[in-house]
Amino acid sequence: MTDTRQPLELVCPAGTPAALKAAVEAGADVVYIGFRDETNARNFPGLNFSRDEAREAIAFAHERGAEVYIAINTYPRAGDGRPWRDAVDDAARIRADAVILADIGLLDYAARTHPDLRRHLSVQASASHAQSINFYARNFGVRRVVLPRVLTVPEIAALTPTIDVETEVFAFGGMCPMAEGRCSLSSYVTGQSPNMNGVCSPAAFVRYEERREGLVSLLNGSVINVFEKHEAAGYPTLCKGRFRVGDSAGYLFEEPTSLSVAEIVKDLMTAGVTALKIEGRQRGKAYIAEVVSAFRKVVDAAARDLPPPAGEVAKLRRLTEGQSETTGAYKKSWR
Amino acid sequence: MSMKITLGPVLFNWPPEIWRDFYFRIADETDVDSVCVGEVVCAKRAPFFEPFLPDVIARLQAAGKEVALSTLALISNAREEAAIAELAKTDDFLIEANDIGATDALAGRRHALGPLVNVYNEATLGFLAARGAARVCLPPELPAAAVAALAAARAAEIEVLAFGRLPLAISARCFHARAEHLHKDGCQFVCNKDADGRVVRTLGNEAFLAINGTQTLSHSAILLLSELDDLAAKGIARIRLSPHTCDMATVADVFRAVMDHRLGAAEATRRLRAIAPDLPFSNGFYHGRAGRQQVARANSTSS
Repeated sequence: MTDTRQPLELVCPAGTPAALKAAVEAGADVVYIGFRDETNARNFPGLNFSRDEAREAIAFAHERGAEVYIAINTYPRAGDGRPWRDAVDDAARIRADAVILADIGLLDYAARTHPDLRRHLSVQASASHAQSINFYARNFGVRRVVLPRVLTVPEIAALTPTIDVETEVFAFGGMCPMAEGRCSLSSYVTGQSPNMNGVCSPAAFVRYEERREGLVSLLNGSVINVFEKHEAAGYPTLCKGRFRVGDSAGYLFEEPTSLSVAEIVKDLMTAGVTALKIEGRQRGKAYIAEVVSAFRKVVDAAARDLPPPAGEVAKLRRLTEGQSETTGAYKKSWR
Repeated sequence: MSMKITLGPVLFNWPPEIWRDFYFRIADETDVDSVCVGEVVCAKRAPFFEPFLPDVIARLQAAGKEVALSTLALISNAREEAAIAELAKTDDFLIEANDIGATDALAGRRHALGPLVNVYNEATLGFLAARGAARVCLPPELPAAAVAALAAARAAEIEVLAFGRLPLAISARCFHARAEHLHKDGCQFVCNKDADGRVVRTLGNEAFLAINGTQTLSHSAILLLSELDDLAAKGIARIRLSPHTCDMATVADVFRAVMDHRLGAAEATRRLRAIAPDLPFSNGFYHGRAGRQQVARANSTSS
């Protein structure tokens, strides 16, 4: 068929070996994972891969024609960069298909020590324009950039012809209203941050209390939200809370919505995007299987210039947080 | 050698004449070594004060201050990128980059890095210093141990934020516009209503954060006074004071007096509290705690 284009690469999350198998079996082109330590931005208890598990995961994926990327995307600690360099060395040793890095010093180390290990720029580096992206490409041989969630589709379309690297964009799941990798809200309130600890609004600081005004969610003692009886109580991620500014109260930074590009996949293809990334390494295997299989169909349909299958779009909508979804910064009205 | 004082850029949308007069007063009356000017938060604000920029820079330079022009924190289009490339050509003053792309435009010549560039470790510092970053203001969340390790690398002059609301996040979305039910494109420049940022409270009525257009700041202001000797001992070259509407000339004088051991930290804190009664102070980040905390007795070995 002449009007078939190369489908967007589907890059899917896994926090456990079971989730990785589910993603591969549901049609992921790539699964991205992290080691079980502070070197990755989903450093949650009970999550992520030991070195042995990662090696087995890579073998499993390769046997089925899929690839595995390893995210080493927190910022190495001053005076103690060893765990991050070890993670890069181990990713090379177990033959990961790419590493996803954010820190300049670590990119420099990876480029010098393992020139054949493919390097992608993490969203945590927040490279939002050509000069910044080309800096990473030229200096560290970065082959792909995961774009920060601050750009509209027309801005992405204007950007892709001006850079020498592939682009990967977020397609589905939780979203940050702030430029990623440039946010210290979590450490201001809890002492732990995405950049330094690989966590945001960590669960150890979360408490729920039944009060007269409703179910109150707290982060390190501060009220992040109050839910009325009919409302589903969400997790108190700092920037997704209700706050008061002057006389009015509401979702100041971001509504408790989930990002979904299911209905604009063709626009992203036309904008020159190479890959779609699904967020959610903290999610269970059943969720991963459903989202990946739905996106597989959406992406394949878009490659044949067909609209997204209605059944899959509906399924994705059911899976979104709080049952509401947004195209986020991809549309200018979000700003 | 005693530490130098840098006055950071005004982060807020002040009326242009107020903005100009603020810097004139800094030039004429204030004991700081270097002064940053320029719009960091929102490109839409720059046209208002830019007509005054040449006079402000000239007055500051005539007063012997090293002037640094600070660039935008979040660059999202070719027009903003081109503006930085144009700036990078000038030899008239130092440029302070707040984005990696800007550091690239400045490669090969002496420049500064603002606190919004992610310099978390010696490897990154070394790489950027080799390309001309001579002054590096560290990200505010770094604890004392990291600050010490970065200073010990001796790759660049290390600067630490010591006064003012902390820049915690930047977004493509404007929260000031959102709070007033406006769209960013039709924002009516409502961020000019809050010269120190607008207070964000929790539903528990706790003063929590502050918004400044697309930027989110801490509600508390960092205050590192008891820590000044420790910073000097670690080899920190500069401290940064971030401008607020309070009397910044006196703030600078108080810091200088504490650095010179002419004034104790406790008395200095009392004076600053009187100058800036609406800004609760915090120093938690430096002590490896939540940034909003105030650690009563500074312990130089904490991290």
